[in-house]
Amino acid sequence: MSLLSVRDLTVKFAMRDGNVTALNQVSFDLARGERLGIVGESGAGKSITGFSLMNLLSSPGYIADGTIQFQGQDIVNLPDAKMRNIRGNRMAMIFQDPMVTLNPVLTIGQQMVETLKAHRRLSKAEAEQIAIMKLRQVYIPSPEERLMQYPHELSGGMRQRIVIAIVLLLDPELIIADEPTTALDVTIQADIMELLLELCQSAKVGLILITHDLGVVSQMTDRTLVMYAGRIIEAGSTREIINDPQHPYTQGLINALPQQTAPGQRLKQIPGSMPSLTAVPKGCPFEPRCAFATDVCRSTPPEIVRHAHVEVACHEVNRLHAPQQEGQSA
Amino acid sequence: MSILNTIPEPSRWSRIKKSKIGYSFRSNPVAVVSMCIFVCITIMALLAPLIAPFDPYDPAQIDIMNSEYPPVWIDGADPQFLFGTDDQGRDLWSTILYGTRLSLMIGLCAVTLQAVIGISIGLISGYVGGRLDSLLMRLADIQLSFSTLMVAIIFLAVAQAMFGSELFSRYAIYFLIAVIGVSEWPQYARTVRATVLAEKKKEYVDSARVLGFGPLRIMVRHILPNSLSPIFVISTVQVANAIISEASLSFLGLGMPPSQPSLGSLISSGFDYIFSGSWWITAIPGVVLVVLVLVINLLGDWLRDVLNPKLHKG
Repeated sequence: MSLLSVRDLTVKFAMRDGNVTALNQVSFDLARGERLGIVGESGAGKSITGFSLMNLLSSPGYIADGTIQFQGQDIVNLPDAKMRNIRGNRMAMIFQDPMVTLNPVLTIGQQMVETLKAHRRLSKAEAEQIAIMKLRQVYIPSPEERLMQYPHELSGGMRQRIVIAIVLLLDPELIIADEPTTALDVTIQADIMELLLELCQSAKVGLILITHDLGVVSQMTDRTLVMYAGRIIEAGSTREIINDPQHPYTQGLINALPQQTAPGQRLKQIPGSMPSLTAVPKGCPFEPRCAFATDVCRSTPPEIVRHAHVEVACHEVNRLHAPQQEGQSA
Repeated sequence: MSILNTIPEPSRWSRIKKSKIGYSFRSNPVAVVSMCIFVCITIMALLAPLIAPFDPYDPAQIDIMNSEYPPVWIDGADPQFLFGTDDQGRDLWSTILYGTRLSLMIGLCAVTLQAVIGISIGLISGYVGGRLDSLLMRLADIQLSFSTLMVAIIFLAVAQAMFGSELFSRYAIYFLIAVIGVSEWPQYARTVRATVLAEKKKEYVDSARVLGFGPLRIMVRHILPNSLSPIFVISTVQVANAIISEASLSFLGLGMPPSQPSLGSLISSGFDYIFSGSWWITAIPGVVLVVLVLVINLLGDWLRDVLNPKLHKG
């Protein structure tokens, strides 16, 4: 049985002038201990996916359709008290900016002990022992002293380590990391990612890594979902997607990486920008920016089809794949 | 590491002294003087039974023949009465000490009551939002549209008529605390709600929810401590306001009875004699009241400046 199974998840936002669909029939599975990357531009629905999995969409957002099964249990309709038992305990989330995710008025120790005591019956001393052990696991020097400190006394990288330690406190089976290193500088990014990878591998924790950094995804994950305008447009093993992208959008993303361009040349960016969620095109959402769009693309949304080891939502994938590679080499 | 460990941990007191608030306090003479006066008044009021030469509540120590002696620096004074005596022959100095104690106690208790009601309603209103928020805030608007004094006067007058004046004067202190406490809760509720609305959008609240904390714990343990600074500031102002309200009500005869005078009822009882030359019965407690309220307000101003992040950026 898979750890997490999402089927046809549709999330809408009730706005004054009708509903806006933020996630459109998103389906994916995650096996125990598997690491999944979700990539896409800002506003593609990556973070919304993360929050839906936690069942923490705040109004006006709501899950309009679909199921999320976590270890065989449907969590979409779970009452809040039961859901709280899962949150933090079996499923945990790491946010983007460690500068603001820790409570500024509580010491690290207070926050860690509180988290433990909310889910387990422990004495304060026992909870502190566990906290110190977890801080050691994330390579925090002299953890006993850190427990007494406030978040503002620590550096950004240190804080993100502490956030990870808090997440690990209750040994969750799934960690959702929403751009965990975007707010950190590059050297620390690499450290944090390595740490996360190591922890997930050693404890067989499932990881959903939400990011826009394809480099990070290629190092960290087994499988990748590419999202665009609230839909999954390409899904498959990370190696396949990075080495042989099928969807024109994924191809565009990979071509836009600075490594793909010789120094002094312009970056090959994808023309245009993502459609506003209030005005998604009727057909393929990527059609207005796509160089290969046909009439079918304008009129009907593409189905997800299997093609060359990945699942891809594109009408023209059969026709386009070969010529696109020629175009790249030219 | 070893170098770090050899430095002794600074004591709590020196940490407070070295902090930004400590520095701002020491470099602000108004705040220092106000704090000194406030602490003096508070200590004297608290130690009233020890300091005061007479017990104004003990009828055996009161002699009507001693009435209306002027303060010692005026001719015709009796040296055992420092500030003179009132119309019943009570030592004014002792009565002021006891009265200040009552006024401070009513002020602090009333503000505590206000804070408990106001903070709970403000937290719930801001955190839950939606219809409940609208309902509670409209209630606050209604409460605010009556002036505190008007509500208090009506309530106390009705209570006095209902319970009779003897029973009323025995429990007057509780009535005063209740009525001042209840009628000013919207001040707290609105401020707290506004801060909560700002705080609950912050990411540490999201991360608390993600860790599986319940709404009550998030409100009390995470949002409330982050909203404390405006609460401190209004608390000082509200203590001053409550003391004034109590004095006004007592002055109007709806507060503390003359047998257990607070500052307000003392001012009121002397008011009848002000034109017969015994000005000190009204003037001296009046000065004490003004000084007390002034220093609390000055401290409140200083606290507001210190805790306002907009005033010391960068």
